[in-house]
Amino acid sequence: MRIWIEKQKHLIDFTLASLARRKAKNLGLLAIYTLLVFVLASVALYTHALRVEAQKVLAGSPEIVLQRLIAGRHDLIPPGYLEKIGRIRGVQKMEGRLWGYYYDSVVKANYTFMAPRDMKIERGEIVVGPALERSRGLAAGNGISFRAYTGELHTFIVADVLPETSELVSADLVLMNEEDFRAFFKIPEGYYNDIAMNVANPQEVRNVAIKLLTTLPDSRPILRDEVLRTYASIFDWREGLMLALLSAAILAFGIFAWEKAAGLSAEEKREIGILKAIGWETNDVIKMKFWEGLLISLTAFLVGYVAAYLHVFYFGASLFEPVLKGWAVLYPRFSLPPHIDGLQIATLFFFTVVPYTAAVLVPIWRAATTDPDTVMRS
Amino acid sequence: MIFQPAIIALLLAAGLSLAMLLIASPFALQVIRHWDITSGSERQLRLERLTYLFSTLVAFVCVMQIAAALLFVFNADKLSVMFVGAMCAVGALNVNDYGFPALYAQLGLFFLATTWLAINHADAHARDYPLVRLKYALLLAALPLFALSLWLQLRYFLGLKADVITSCCGSMFSEGSPNLASEVTALEAKPAMLIFYGTLLAAMAVSLWHRQRRDDVSGYATGLAAAAAFVASISGILAFVSLYVYEHPHHHCPFCLLKPEYDYQGYALYIPLFAATAAGLAAGVLRLFSRRPSLARVLPELTGRLAGVAAFGYGAFLLIASSMIWRSNLVLLD
Amino acid sequence: MAGLFMIELKGIRKAFNQGKHNEYWALDGIDLTIPAQQVTALKGPSGSGKTTLLTILGCLARPTEGRVRLKGEDISGLPERFLTEIRRKTFGFIFQQFNLVRGLSAIENIILPAYPEGQPRKDLLEKAEALLAGVNLGHRRDAKVEWLSGGEQQRVAICRALINDPAILIADEPTANLDTKLSKEFLGILEKLAGQGRTIILTSHDPLVVESSVVDRVVTLRDGRIVDQT
Repeated sequence: MRIWIEKQKHLIDFTLASLARRKAKNLGLLAIYTLLVFVLASVALYTHALRVEAQKVLAGSPEIVLQRLIAGRHDLIPPGYLEKIGRIRGVQKMEGRLWGYYYDSVVKANYTFMAPRDMKIERGEIVVGPALERSRGLAAGNGISFRAYTGELHTFIVADVLPETSELVSADLVLMNEEDFRAFFKIPEGYYNDIAMNVANPQEVRNVAIKLLTTLPDSRPILRDEVLRTYASIFDWREGLMLALLSAAILAFGIFAWEKAAGLSAEEKREIGILKAIGWETNDVIKMKFWEGLLISLTAFLVGYVAAYLHVFYFGASLFEPVLKGWAVLYPRFSLPPHIDGLQIATLFFFTVVPYTAAVLVPIWRAATTDPDTVMRS
Repeated sequence: MIFQPAIIALLLAAGLSLAMLLIASPFALQVIRHWDITSGSERQLRLERLTYLFSTLVAFVCVMQIAAALLFVFNADKLSVMFVGAMCAVGALNVNDYGFPALYAQLGLFFLATTWLAINHADAHARDYPLVRLKYALLLAALPLFALSLWLQLRYFLGLKADVITSCCGSMFSEGSPNLASEVTALEAKPAMLIFYGTLLAAMAVSLWHRQRRDDVSGYATGLAAAAAFVASISGILAFVSLYVYEHPHHHCPFCLLKPEYDYQGYALYIPLFAATAAGLAAGVLRLFSRRPSLARVLPELTGRLAGVAAFGYGAFLLIASSMIWRSNLVLLD
Repeated sequence: MAGLFMIELKGIRKAFNQGKHNEYWALDGIDLTIPAQQVTALKGPSGSGKTTLLTILGCLARPTEGRVRLKGEDISGLPERFLTEIRRKTFGFIFQQFNLVRGLSAIENIILPAYPEGQPRKDLLEKAEALLAGVNLGHRRDAKVEWLSGGEQQRVAICRALINDPAILIADEPTANLDTKLSKEFLGILEKLAGQGRTIILTSHDPLVVESSVVDRVVTLRDGRIVDQT
């Protein structure tokens, strides 16, 4: 065992010296390898962080949101629905929600208007999200007018701005008093946009949804888990798409690695011949070359991953944002909390180190099986 | 299909493995037909030179398969969030009929890979490549299994649709269901524990015995004990260890252990077990070739060391399982 | 009693491009014994198979036909892996072109053959320094080999050949790149090594070597066959 360790140490010694002797060639390979890891890791880290963030954000939302459908389109919940649903076993809380979209032609963006149940807002006042603060220059005390769909102008005073830490969910929110809301959108009393329900036991959620459907056939219960799954699917799909696009890069990298490994200079060939002649066995040469590959791979992986981490979590993933986030005018400015995942690292390893190793296997073998007696004849 | 990177990685691993083995097949045939270590002909020299390449290639495939097994389970667990009713890997695997067969095939390949690596190692340390024909014959014999595994994984992953309702471990492992899993879980705690500890301690003892004696009988015993210990361990986990971890008298699932909610304890449990089983099996298999003269020197040390690893693995596994039981607030025995 | 160890070659034939239209037999029936602790020189024109014979004697290559015995043990059928191990432990090579690894220092070159043996680096360095001192080259320990003179490089090559303390030394045209003064120096080192009880085999065109008193035996080759042995 001790001998084996010493031998590996010797091989690593030789490998490091050997790498240093051909700096230019190896640095080139290292740079490209690192770049590949960087790009893949950035994509993976970003989508994963988004996924986790979406999960956290949705964790606070109700388990079921009930909508009413007319001719397959979303319509208002009429009065009496809440009573019709009555008491369903497993539902802790049930309340109607009032919210809607408003298109602001000044900045050409959509806001979400909402009348919150758990916040007291005075008539004539609104609480706005941080994005509005930025785009319309709103601060507490400012006034702002919105033109309702009826054509009337409604003016509000900003009472407060929501904290930036909640940006991901609140960026484009405008919170107002319930009566103001109904007056603005001309929604009569008793009508709601949808009904939010909290169900404690996750196994009961489907049963509750089925009961709702039987009681109210024109309703559509949306399960939070379904939303989660859909978001996860979208992020997965987007990540997969980027990966498919990058597969060309991975292939190119593989070919590049092959070329580098196979294109031994005359000097390198001579060196291996010498090693074989003075007593290194083919396996020793193969092991030495594998150490070379391993050292390069680990360095590229480490540097690439750390760089990607910094890129995504400290520099906002500026290179990939548009593709991964989607397209919109009014965007929440959010910094994702760092999140590393074992599966992700393993997959990343697979897409970079495995192609590299596979690509250099044959060239390494070919180099290592140089006949030692050729050195005698040179 | 769910276009997830991990799934793509697994399919690529399976595909690449199969491709590499197919590439190695013509050479394997050549070795089986023409290998003659005593000859100095150019053909023999060529074969010897090429065996460096193909042994390395197949070793690479084996390492990939070992990693793929881990990745597969890890991935199945993460996938579960995509399916309604799936709480853990079981739900994800039950989405269609190919999930569990794909898992079993992958586990089969895991043990095949570890055994092949052991044979390769032994072959490398004997003077005259005594096992070279066997190695490559094994490769050819394993081809169908690799193809099957790839096909199963393809059918499984391509058949995944995120909105399918599947069953969760609750129904598969509940005591009432009519399948083998539930029969095991229906075992009473006390007899289950006796079988569990008994078999594992016996396996440990046999492995240590072989480590001392290093002969054929103890070697075969080690191999058989490894298989028995594996079965006993999984049954034990199903029957009572999982209950203690979840602190719930009816939650038998062996996969939920891997979840972050339980601090990934499952990995601490399964990794020593799989390592020990692989080592024990390898020791047993290698002993089949102890008659070959060139192996006479190499084999005892090798199988002895493998048995040592196996014994250590069982010990670690027992310790971890026992500590899980000890620390749990659940009381099953009175 | 016959020497402690001998190399015995029986019916050795070596072919290249076997089975192809340009099949060529470099050695065509060699029977040779190399006695222990003697200096044997191989002589012959180019194309006579000298170098091929040397590679077979030194376990660098396997014969196509015939048997090779080293210290009584038949090594003809050994695969490269074990042949290399034997070669590493038993033989030391000094090449015509020295074949030192450029970019490494003298001492690093010397310890290279010992890497696969897995001895601790410290021990290896000690041995190498002793060897360097033995050829009066201790002061050039850390010099990169490409900066050394021809004679210095050969002495480093000799040290490298000795690092595993081999019983047999093989030198291929050792004086081909040296002037008369350095050639005489080399013969002096050779005499010292022979005095240590090592078996030495060398090939040479150089009459200075072949006819020197250091050489115990001369074997002449032509067209892959032995034509003369003294």
